[in-house]
Amino acid sequence: MSDPTVAQDLIHGGDEPTGAVTVTSTGRPRSLWRDTWDILRHRKIFWVSLVMLIAFLLMAAFPSLFTHKDPNYATLAHSMEPPSSDALFGYDLQGRDVFARTIYGARASIIVGVAATLLTVLLGGITGVLAAFYARWLDAIISRVGEIFLGVPYVLGGIIILGTIAPAQTSPNEFTIMAVVILVLAILGWPILMRIARSAVIQAKHQDYVQAARALGAGPFRIIFKHLLPNSLAPILVYSTITIGSYIGAEATFSLLGIGLRPPVISWGIAIADHTRYIRTGAHAMFFPAAFLSLCVLTFVMLGEAVRDALDPKLR
Amino acid sequence: MTAPAETILEVRDLVKHFPLTQGILVKRQIGAIKAVDGVSFDLHRGETLGVVGESGCGKSTLAKLLMALERPTSGSVKINGREIANARGGELKRMRRNIQMVMQDPYTSLNPRMTVGDIVGEPFEIHTDVVPKGGRRRKVQELLEVVGLNPDHINRYPHQFSGGQRQRIGIARGLALQPEIIICDEPVSALDVSIQAQVMNLLERLQTEFNLAYIFIAHDLSVVRHISDRVAVMYLGKIVEIGRDSEIYERPTHPYTQALLSAVPVPNPEGRETRERIILQGDPPSPANPPSGCHFRTRCWKAQAICAEQEPLLQIRSGSDHPSACHFAEALDVVNAQ
Repeated sequence: MSDPTVAQDLIHGGDEPTGAVTVTSTGRPRSLWRDTWDILRHRKIFWVSLVMLIAFLLMAAFPSLFTHKDPNYATLAHSMEPPSSDALFGYDLQGRDVFARTIYGARASIIVGVAATLLTVLLGGITGVLAAFYARWLDAIISRVGEIFLGVPYVLGGIIILGTIAPAQTSPNEFTIMAVVILVLAILGWPILMRIARSAVIQAKHQDYVQAARALGAGPFRIIFKHLLPNSLAPILVYSTITIGSYIGAEATFSLLGIGLRPPVISWGIAIADHTRYIRTGAHAMFFPAAFLSLCVLTFVMLGEAVRDALDPKLR
Repeated sequence: MTAPAETILEVRDLVKHFPLTQGILVKRQIGAIKAVDGVSFDLHRGETLGVVGESGCGKSTLAKLLMALERPTSGSVKINGREIANARGGELKRMRRNIQMVMQDPYTSLNPRMTVGDIVGEPFEIHTDVVPKGGRRRKVQELLEVVGLNPDHINRYPHQFSGGQRQRIGIARGLALQPEIIICDEPVSALDVSIQAQVMNLLERLQTEFNLAYIFIAHDLSVVRHISDRVAVMYLGKIVEIGRDSEIYERPTHPYTQALLSAVPVPNPEGRETRERIILQGDPPSPANPPSGCHFRTRCWKAQAICAEQEPLLQIRSGSDHPSACHFAEALDVVNAQ
């Protein structure tokens, strides 16, 4: 019978020779979030999308920085005039400055995209974590309800709900219509996030450190907020960044169909909807808002991709 | 540790069956995995009980039952005379202070998003009355020093440490509440051999320092012998033989123990060819449908009719000086046999 060879006795308070300790040049310990940042800041796509994001956010917050013209000032005499030195992007059907309206349109689109995503994350995140953590019948109910919502095609669901609450002929005020559109997007979108959160939490739940916390006597609140959430945040973060982009696109789709945002709100979707009929005589009135819309969606999708690459190198 | 000290853990007829269900809407129970099937033993203060057995014999389920991470189907687990198996809420939380765990895999047992200070300090955050808030950081640094880590590394993250260092962090977390019992569920099987020795020496030093009782689960027989005072051998959810380490290793009486021991590699090349090896045929039967009578009879060379009819109880028999669950218990020194 062999006893394990006693390689060396412990030096009390000493360090193990095999220590694989990495320290940054500043001597600060590196968390996993810091590692993520290090990967991120070496990626060109991240910086490109970040610069574009800042530009769009500035547009949304301070449109007057980019243009001094009033987006609602209309001169019918200028109707559908092409771009010129006077008006960079030309004039629209009502004789309003397209550049000013495109700049001012960023605000509604981004507010809708970000707010709807936040609501989706909140709804989907809470239901997903609860479903995964308590499992059993609660999981069954939440998952089945989610599947019902997922079964409704996006545009069809939007037409039904928006067409009932805010039919195309009505003109609710700016705040109401934006709130309704945000709500509709979140209601139709939460199950996907619920599923992502649910699977991430189920994965984390079976890790040994959760068992260890339970063995210490940790309550459900501590386990969820200290152990499960920080370890399932990555996929939620990635998906929500990409979702902002797709919600901005979805908002434009609803506006195009006449059931989403509508005047007096200024948005890219409305501008596109108003000018689809004039595409052969005055494409500029539709092209510029459409280009900004695409760029904005692209920005968020690129940012999401960069974040995903950094958070989960395995997916690359 | 010759004189049996006071019993601090008492396990009686512990059973855990995991139901097997079938059906999509209405779940119907069609059977049960008998992971732990009637286990009884005592653990004394300051003692180490080794638990050995092959994969799937219910060792880890036993650990989870003792930690009250799983509820037993029946049976009792008493810590200092108080039942933990059906304790709930605040009572269970208080009892957890007395029994802690060191996990198998140091790479998954530490939350990667928490610093070492947060991990080792978590017990104090949960049991707020153990150490006052101001003294917690100091206490965590003391614990790190006790397990042989640099207390200045308190702000580092688990991924900056090696496997052995991570296991020390896990041990520090287990020690934080000053428990009387620590359950080590294969604490060294994920480590290199040289690191294994260091961690085992640390565990031994801590045992004498804090008078801890260990339940040491492993499948490495030499590791178990090194650290254990007594050893229990498990097969298909039951303890088939239990005794002091010399009794188990030098005079094993259960055929399964003998077969296990004969498979241990011997470092001495002399006589290796002449050594008798007991080679078991087949695989362990499914714990969902164990054989009647003695669970081991399907692979046993001594099996006779009585083994299928009557389940052998774990008791001292004529051929054995310690409890053995075999009708034909007979001492056989397989390790030193020529």
